[in-house]
Amino acid sequence: MTPTISPNPIEDLNALLTFPFMVNALEAGTIVAVLAAVVGWYMVLRRQTFAGHTLSVMAFPGAAGAALAGLPTTLGYYLACGGAALLMRGARSSPGLGSPGRGSGAETATIATVQTVGLAAGYLFLSLNHAVLGGTETLLFGTFLGVSRGQVLALLLVAIAALAVVALATRPLLLETIDPEVARARGLPVAALDLGFLLVLALAVAATSQITGALLVFALLVAPPAAAQQLTMRPGLGLVLSIVFALVVVWLGLGVAYFSIYPVGFYVTSFAFALYLAARLWHATARRCAGPRSA
Amino acid sequence: MTTTEPSTTEATTAAELTNASVRLGGKRVFSDVGLTVGRGQFVAVLGPNGAGKSTLMRAILGLLPLESGEVTVLGRPPAQARAAIGYLPQRHAFDSSTRIRGIDLVRLGIDGTRWGVPVALTGAARERRRAESGRVGEVIETVGATGYAHRAIGELSGGEQQRLLIAQALVRSPQLLILDEPLDSLDLPNQASVAALLRRICSSEGVSVLLVAHDANPLLGYLDHVIYMAGGRATSGSVDEVITSAKLSELYGTPIEVLRTADGRLVVVGQPEAPHYHGARHEHDHPHDHDHVHD
Repeated sequence: MTPTISPNPIEDLNALLTFPFMVNALEAGTIVAVLAAVVGWYMVLRRQTFAGHTLSVMAFPGAAGAALAGLPTTLGYYLACGGAALLMRGARSSPGLGSPGRGSGAETATIATVQTVGLAAGYLFLSLNHAVLGGTETLLFGTFLGVSRGQVLALLLVAIAALAVVALATRPLLLETIDPEVARARGLPVAALDLGFLLVLALAVAATSQITGALLVFALLVAPPAAAQQLTMRPGLGLVLSIVFALVVVWLGLGVAYFSIYPVGFYVTSFAFALYLAARLWHATARRCAGPRSA
Repeated sequence: MTTTEPSTTEATTAAELTNASVRLGGKRVFSDVGLTVGRGQFVAVLGPNGAGKSTLMRAILGLLPLESGEVTVLGRPPAQARAAIGYLPQRHAFDSSTRIRGIDLVRLGIDGTRWGVPVALTGAARERRRAESGRVGEVIETVGATGYAHRAIGELSGGEQQRLLIAQALVRSPQLLILDEPLDSLDLPNQASVAALLRRICSSEGVSVLLVAHDANPLLGYLDHVIYMAGGRATSGSVDEVITSAKLSELYGTPIEVLRTADGRLVVVGQPEAPHYHGARHEHDHPHDHDHVHD
């Protein structure tokens, strides 16, 4: 199962593409990279990383609940993520003066509570089922061996739906992200935008986890967008850079994992981390070269 | 340019409020408040914290329902006049890590409410985009922000951020500009220069300006008209008519003395503690405003 690497990279690439599972994995990875890079770019700008993390944790109750109910694991994950998103948004009450700000103390506490309840529910489902959750490791740390044609297709549909929503709402979402109060005064449906984004984020997290595993979704959801935001402040260029970074990370991760005995999640995460580190360094250096700024 | 042109039976007032009362969370914030902002006038709503100034602004913007009374903006209900209003919420410093340029922030003033994919495909669309970029540059020049419009908004000083936000509110050529505490948390030189900038905008762009302030001094000499709110009521007129011992004593229902310093600044003495009003978070932001000397 661990092919040896030959001195000829073209040969290696051909060897890699002769296996249908590898083609599936690359296709799935490509779809996920684009989705995670775009949604993650907004998530980082909106400071909703903690919300994203909580959604990723929902993999556990989602999968365990699905096993208990006899549903496909993936479906369970999507349902758990979507449910958690609704719960987090619903708990953010908005009487009279509008909702408390994102990242406020009350919101953070709510998200943390949802996370804990989710984990507890997952454990309960597991106990009720009197069984060990099949492929827990896969669920948490990702795989590329098991991606079927059907899953690739499902990922594609999810990604198209989520990206279409983001594309249509690009500018209102950006305004709502940066300045919710102005957005509301301008007549934008602020609450709907907020909830809509959380649901899109839930989709992106659930989709990404199928490649990286639930615990490592941030390798694609945070690192590429955060690196892109270090390098450019232009929204359009930032989104493009984020996508490019995510693609590079996924392709490299899958490619190297193929020739290695270690799991793909490890490589994707390591490359993402290296990328983020490089971007931070670049940013810090560029700042220093620009000289001291009058703030 | 704005959508207000067709329906103008030439409203003579930019904003008008008659016998307005607002109740929030079971508590009456103010009652029987009247206000008139004439076309091209520079008007300030003054008063201690908790007097309901921000609430009044939200009512004029149509973000809060009136319990009784009537509000019109440019002769119409506020919701229908939204396109003709530029609004600046109470100043909230952008997080220092916000990776968005000032120029993008100003641009959102134009297209932040536009849905759809932001790609200019036709010649006409490209032409419009060029015209809009021109307008963005123009307002940035007007507020004197050209030198730092390409830097990250989070890295700028309070005064610089405020100028860019004014540019954002101004970019759609509104007929009424509403600003909530635009001078708050600026240092004295910046307070003076932002006040002068607003007066200049008022005259040169023909915009009516309505702002909330708890200190009249930086604005003295610029204002056409003031509304003074206290104890749930309001009185209006010119600065010299309103900020007098007699008027304010009547409004507060307790003896108040207005002193004029040698350099012309006004000091209000004997002002009672504003009743603490829970619910309007805007009103809570100034913990050290106790004796409320106008300075």
